[in-house]
Amino acid sequence: MAQMNLLHAINNALDIAMAKNDKVLCFGEDVGHFGGVFRSTSGLQEKYGKARCFNTPLTEQGIIGFANGLAAQGSVPIAEIQFADYIFPAFDQIVNETAKFRYRSGNEFNVGSLVIRTPYGGGIAGGLYHSQSPEAYFTGTPGIKVVVPRNPHQAKGLLLASINDDNPVVFFEPKRLYRASIGEVPEEAYEIELGKAEVVSVGSDVTLLGWGAQMEYIEQASEMAKEIGISCEVIDLRTLLPWDVDTVAESVTKTGRLIISHEAPLTGGFAGEISAAISERCFLHLESPIARVCGLDTPYPLIQEKEYVADHLKIFEAIKASVNF
Amino acid sequence: MNKPENNAGNSIHQATFIGGHALNIPTLRVLNDDGVMIDGAQMPNIDQTLAQRIYDTMVYTRVLDERMVGAQRQGRVSFYMTCKGEEASIIGSAAGLSDDDMIMAQYREHAAIRYRGFTSENFMNQLFSNSKDLGKGRQMPIHYGSKALNYMTISSPLATQIPQASGYAYGQKLQGLDAITMCYFGEGAASEGDFHAGLNMAAVLNAPTIFYCRNNGYAISTSTDEQYAGDGIAPRGVGYGIETIRVDGNDCLAVLLATQTARQHALAHNKPVLIEAMSYRLGAHSTSDDPSGYRSKEEEELWAKIDGVLRFKAWIEAQGWWSQAQDDALYEKYREEVLSALKVAEKVAPPTLGELVTDVYSDVPKHLKQQLGDLRQHIVKYPDHYPAAKESH
Repeated sequence: MAQMNLLHAINNALDIAMAKNDKVLCFGEDVGHFGGVFRSTSGLQEKYGKARCFNTPLTEQGIIGFANGLAAQGSVPIAEIQFADYIFPAFDQIVNETAKFRYRSGNEFNVGSLVIRTPYGGGIAGGLYHSQSPEAYFTGTPGIKVVVPRNPHQAKGLLLASINDDNPVVFFEPKRLYRASIGEVPEEAYEIELGKAEVVSVGSDVTLLGWGAQMEYIEQASEMAKEIGISCEVIDLRTLLPWDVDTVAESVTKTGRLIISHEAPLTGGFAGEISAAISERCFLHLESPIARVCGLDTPYPLIQEKEYVADHLKIFEAIKASVNF
Repeated sequence: MNKPENNAGNSIHQATFIGGHALNIPTLRVLNDDGVMIDGAQMPNIDQTLAQRIYDTMVYTRVLDERMVGAQRQGRVSFYMTCKGEEASIIGSAAGLSDDDMIMAQYREHAAIRYRGFTSENFMNQLFSNSKDLGKGRQMPIHYGSKALNYMTISSPLATQIPQASGYAYGQKLQGLDAITMCYFGEGAASEGDFHAGLNMAAVLNAPTIFYCRNNGYAISTSTDEQYAGDGIAPRGVGYGIETIRVDGNDCLAVLLATQTARQHALAHNKPVLIEAMSYRLGAHSTSDDPSGYRSKEEEELWAKIDGVLRFKAWIEAQGWWSQAQDDALYEKYREEVLSALKVAEKVAPPTLGELVTDVYSDVPKHLKQQLGDLRQHIVKYPDHYPAAKESH
């Protein structure tokens, strides 16, 4: 075991993947010698050469198009989009190409080896264009997997699983936690199964569900609730597509209450999908309406970030409201 | 790298702009309009066997297109697109490749997959979306693809294959393969962002790709006058630092020469090449289109006179490699072959209902199994409404 922050854990996973298979390539804007604007690919070009870890021109649609071609060819591309806010020029390549490559060809061709890594989320005073959580645009796209880790240990295991998975993965990294989140991480290779949620702490009164950086606020709120005698079951969804409805439904069947929290705006957010699926599965077990604690339906603000964020206090209030319904 | 001394090194002192049409790129021609060799023209590498294979593919493509437009009019297939007018361009370029080269096409290049050996059965199974279609009946007619033939399955969105071709070629280079990637697209698709992204990436990252622009004059109804203001697509290659040539797309020998040379260059230097083939879409955009709404018969006739199939035929006849009797026999043979394959394929059963949910992922995930199960139960209740009810459950 070693102490790593989330960036180190990502870098370590990439290093392991590149050492194991020389078809693994890491590329994107400023990814090469500079090691990425967050330094997640630091040292990889020195170690594996310019052909395997390199800068690309500044074109997100080009990066993902190029990555799709590489994956179809048999390489293992790990493409970085510098900020999730800038993934939209590549939206067509991801939605119409990556996601449909296998299906439309009858499995003659596929881009299953592709991983798209991208830092997402707020909390860094990044304003409108360095803060977004666009995961729900992708969860509506069959053919890709969507993964979001919450800490260094999860990040390494989920990233290695994503690289080795035979399906394309969009891997959202919580940039607020890149250096802030530090923990014990095994130095050797390991994988955390995709499509499987984790019960982070067991409880009996209410289920709290989230993913990525939001788990920090959820765990804080859970601690506050514990102090006033409310027992929360905390679940990290980890993979949003395809998502582990069974683990969530089992928990809600037990607690009778569900609060879902994400950074992205409320309307059209993935919490809506979860809420619908869990009401279908757990209708007769519910003691209170399923609640969502999310970002406001505005662009991500700058100076009012603190007010905007679905923080621990907002989740704490939702817990009390749910229990006292 | 930008360097301060560069500013002084190559400088002007009057505000003199380079004209938007200053690069007046010439057109490579080997055959004249009548299919006669131009004196002093460089010959591609071609012998009788290759020439006959090229012409054979031209005839096949004409026959297939004629038959399938008819089949669409009869309501037997929903949709079709012809290659008419561009056969010399497509087949001449495909013939300049090695079978190991990947072809990533737009949609009007079925002559190229035919050149590689796609059979009448393969074509018909795709066109009729039946259970023998390699694409499992999932895409509209003409979206062919074959792993065995190194022909990437067509996708409808335009230009998406261009940056993909750069990536594919980069992978070929890294793995030391003796192969390049051929990327076809139209002059309309060259207005998409993916064109610029793809060419720039191939140039900067040294990917052995041939970018082959089929400039056929029209993007559906939009003529080149409304598509771009400059001297076509070729100057853009120069702008990206890519070796570029313009070629008469109705001159099969010129196209073959350009492609053979481009391939050697791409492979030897790990660099992309841009070829712009000037041709004309003699047919409609698709069976859903009617060109009489946007262009004249007179214009079409001018291009029909310099049709690439006629010019190539004149040339191989002059070589003593082809006769009218052989021509008649070949048309007859393919008309029968295509029609009989059509009759077989339209009776082949559609893919099973289960194929609705395969290949979304490498394995069918739990939620899709559930959704398929629910669908089956629903279909059982209304068997008359759903064709797939015939399938045994």
